[in-house]
This record gives sequence, C-alpha cells and structure tokens, in this order.
Amino acid sequence: MIRFEHVGKRYPNGREALSDLSLNVDAGEMVFLTGHSGAGKSTVLKLIALIDRATRGLIEVSGQSLARIGRRQVPLYRRQIGVIFQDHKLLHDRPVWDNVALPLVIAGAPRREMDKRVRAALDQVGLLGHEQSLPLELSTGEQQRVGIARAVVAKPPLLIADEPTGNLDPDLALEVMRLFKRFNDVGVTVVIASHDLHLIEQVGGRRIALAGGRLADGAVAHGA
Amino acid sequence: MAPEPVTRRMAGALTGYLERHAQTCVASLGRLAREPVAALMTIGVISLALAVPGCLYLLVQNARAVSSGYSGALDLTVYLKPGDSELRARNLAEQIGRRAEVASTRLVTATEGLAEFRRWSGFGPALDALKDNPLPHAVVVRPREATAESVERLRSALAGLPGVDAVNVDAAWVRRFLALLDVLRRTLLILALVLGAAVLVVVGNTIRLDIDVRRPEIEITKLVGGSDAFVRRPFLYGGLWYGLGGGLLAWLVVSAFSLGLAGPINRVAAAYDSRFALTGLSWPAVAVLVLGGALLGWAGAYVAATRHLREIEPAGEH
Repeated sequence: MIRFEHVGKRYPNGREALSDLSLNVDAGEMVFLTGHSGAGKSTVLKLIALIDRATRGLIEVSGQSLARIGRRQVPLYRRQIGVIFQDHKLLHDRPVWDNVALPLVIAGAPRREMDKRVRAALDQVGLLGHEQSLPLELSTGEQQRVGIARAVVAKPPLLIADEPTGNLDPDLALEVMRLFKRFNDVGVTVVIASHDLHLIEQVGGRRIALAGGRLADGAVAHGA
Repeated sequence: MAPEPVTRRMAGALTGYLERHAQTCVASLGRLAREPVAALMTIGVISLALAVPGCLYLLVQNARAVSSGYSGALDLTVYLKPGDSELRARNLAEQIGRRAEVASTRLVTATEGLAEFRRWSGFGPALDALKDNPLPHAVVVRPREATAESVERLRSALAGLPGVDAVNVDAAWVRRFLALLDVLRRTLLILALVLGAAVLVVVGNTIRLDIDVRRPEIEITKLVGGSDAFVRRPFLYGGLWYGLGGGLLAWLVVSAFSLGLAGPINRVAAAYDSRFALTGLSWPAVAVLVLGGALLGWAGAYVAATRHLREIEPAGEH
C-alpha cells in the first residue's frame, strides 16, 4: 500500500527531517509510527498526503509513484486518503454535517447519498444526532471524532492520522484508537503517528520506530 | 449489479454539477448578506464606476437624437441691413430664389422674426420694453446641394449681394455640435475602459481580502481533496454578485440622473420650440450595464482568485 525507498526530506530552512528512510505498509495493515517529536513521524504523513514532497528517494502509494503526481492531480490523489489531524482542522462556522460532508461535496456526490453517508459516518463515531451542532459546541474528543467521520465518509482505502489522541485524556484516547481499529477491521489501511507507547500497547498493531529521521535501531520496517 | 445506463449516469452527473453550482451560487450570496455593510460598500463603489459612463452615455445618446433632427438642415440665413424696407427684402428673396443653386427661400420679416424670437427665447417682457424692433428682415435660403463646400460658395456669393448685411450658415453649429459629440463619445469610451478596469481592481481587492479571511477553510478544503476550481468557485460567484449588484445599482443611479435632468431638459426643449424629451437608457443599454457589471465582477474575481488561491497550500514546515 505504502512504500518508502531511501526517502530523504530536507526543508528549505535546511533542517533534515528524513534521511534515507525505507519502509513498507501492506494493504489492510494498522501501523503506528512512533518516536520522539522531531523523529520524522509527521513528515512521513505529510509526504504520504502530498502536503510536502520528498527531496530524495521513491514513495509509492497504491502503486502510484508520488513524484509522478503533478500539482493538478494532487486533489484527486488526496481523495483516496482520509487525513486526521491533532488539531482536528474543522470549519468552525459550519455545523457538523457540513464538515463531515465536505469530501463528498468536493467529489460531487448526489445530495441524497451525501445525507446517507454523513449519517453513517457520524453513526460510526457515535455522534449521530449532532449533525446541526457547531464544532465548538462539542468537546475536544467529540471534535476529534467529527474529524474522523470526515476522513472516513468518502470510504478511502487509506487513513492517516497525526497524533490523533494528543489532546485527549487516556480514556477518550483509547476510545479513539479502538475506533481506528474498527475501521482497520473492515479492511482500511491505517497509519497513525503517535508517541504514546502505552496506548499503542493497549490497541495492538505493528510499530515503526523512527529516530532522527530514520528507522530507530532494531525497528522492523516491513510487515510480516 | 447491472451497470447503470450511460445516459442516466450522465444526466445524474449533470444534475449533480448544476446542483453544486446552484448551491455555491446561493451560498456565496448568503455570505454577502451576512456582511451587508462591507458588501454594500463594494457594490456602491462598483455602481459609481459603472454609473459615470452610464450617465455620459445617456447624454451622448440624447445629444445624438437632438442633432439628427437638425443635421439635414444646412440652411443659410441672409440678414438685410437694419432699417431696409420689407419690399426690398421681398425683392432680394425673389432674386436669390432665381439662383440655380438655391432650392427655396423664405422671407422672415422683422416682425415675424421678433415674434418667433419672443416665442422661444423667453425674453418676452424684456422685448416689450423695446420701443423699436431691433431685428432686420431676413431670408432663409435652403441650398439645393447640402455639402459643406457648396454651402460655403453660396454663402460668399450671397454675402456679396448689395443690401446684404451678413450671411449666417446655420449648419455651422450642427457641424461643431457633431464634432463636440465625437469628443464626448471618445471620452465615454476612455472613461468606460478606465472605470471598467477600476471595477476589476475593486472586485479583485475585495476577493483578495475575502480569501485572506477564509484561508483556514481553503487549506482544509484543499487537504481533503478540493481542486483549484472547486475552491475558486465560491469566490467567482461572489465576484459575480458584486458586479451584478453594482450594475443594478448603477442602473438605478443613471435612472435617477435622467429623472433629475428631465425637468430642466424639457424646459430647454420647450424654449427651443422642440418636442424633444429626454429618453432614458434603452433596454439593450441596461443589459450592457448590468450584465457588463456582472461580467467585470466575475473577471476581477477570477484574476484575484486564480492568483491568490495558488499560494494557499496546506502548510508543510515554515
């Protein structure tokens, strides 16, 4: 599903975020990227979502080489990926329904189908009935779940999440992780960047440990 | 599952497309309504920029209507020396009438002249105060050939006749008027271009500010796969609404201008013994004003949105 080969990323400010990183994620896997902040977890996710581009090496997602995807094809590419952020990135002046429906609106889904899918996604994250609430009327955990509903509403084959539990207390964090596990159980490939090892233990899944922009010593970069 | 017929799928896609556009169209109008003061300011500025050429156009159109009634009349007026008798004037008129290049003549006696002058000058009471009629007898001469040169030749010939004090070519003012009108029309064209560009800038700037305000929203939309066209669409409709609103308001301004001018114009017309009445903008002109405004608004938004939206990408590392 995802293949990194000798990937390097140097930012314009000179910081080397990734150096010679190779890893592999199979379709249907649930993988945790771990490591201290600055280890390169977020960079990996940004490269997958084409928010940033690698400076060296090869990245393939679903068999597509990302270097071959031009500026104009980026939107279409991103629609295959559900992205979840630590800070939710919700539209605060729009109700929950609008936020969750956004990927469907962009894809041009018919209105009736949109309503059905939005409700299904909200049901999956346990927020059915909150369609008309504004994000700020919800708790942080609920806002994060709105973000997850938005990421899964268009049924992408790949979900990536950057510290999705960073702002949540342990109980809520576990709940959110279990939610990801449920999506993984139905075949969605899930890649989560998290530094919370204790939490990862509880959920279970392969870990890829990063340190200093490369694999940490002894880390397993390839699935069984 | 049996595949859906292609035609039905295409119809569905088209419906979806139109539905999305309609939705964005209405939503962008709703956005303007939520900031009515800011929106009205922009619309007001646009309307003034459109109304100025609109008003000038109205003037030019009406001036053309006035001049077309006169442009055929290249009559010469031959004035006799003051104090000459009416008989002498009648003889002169006959003499001129026999010339080959003259189509017809008409004698306007001093008395008739005064009466006519009284009718359209509005100086009636002042004229009553005069003891004697200060006007000479005059002969209005219509030349057979109405070109500038032939009229000029006839003018000098008539001026040389004994007893003739002065010859006045009425067409001179028509020619000057038409030349002046050309200047006005050129001015209108230049003003329309300059102010049209101003509308582009005003809308472009408003849209740029709008884009700045909605930057987070744009980033999020791009993150979940919104294409440039999708992100740009609401701003294009926004520009369209600004332009359309400006055009409609400009129509109102021009109408008010013509209404305010109608009274004085009609008094001038009456004084010139003319049945001329100021005409407002024709429907095609209104269409040009309103739709032109909408088009300019859309174009200004297009330029600004294309330029500024490209710069907004979901943040990597700063």
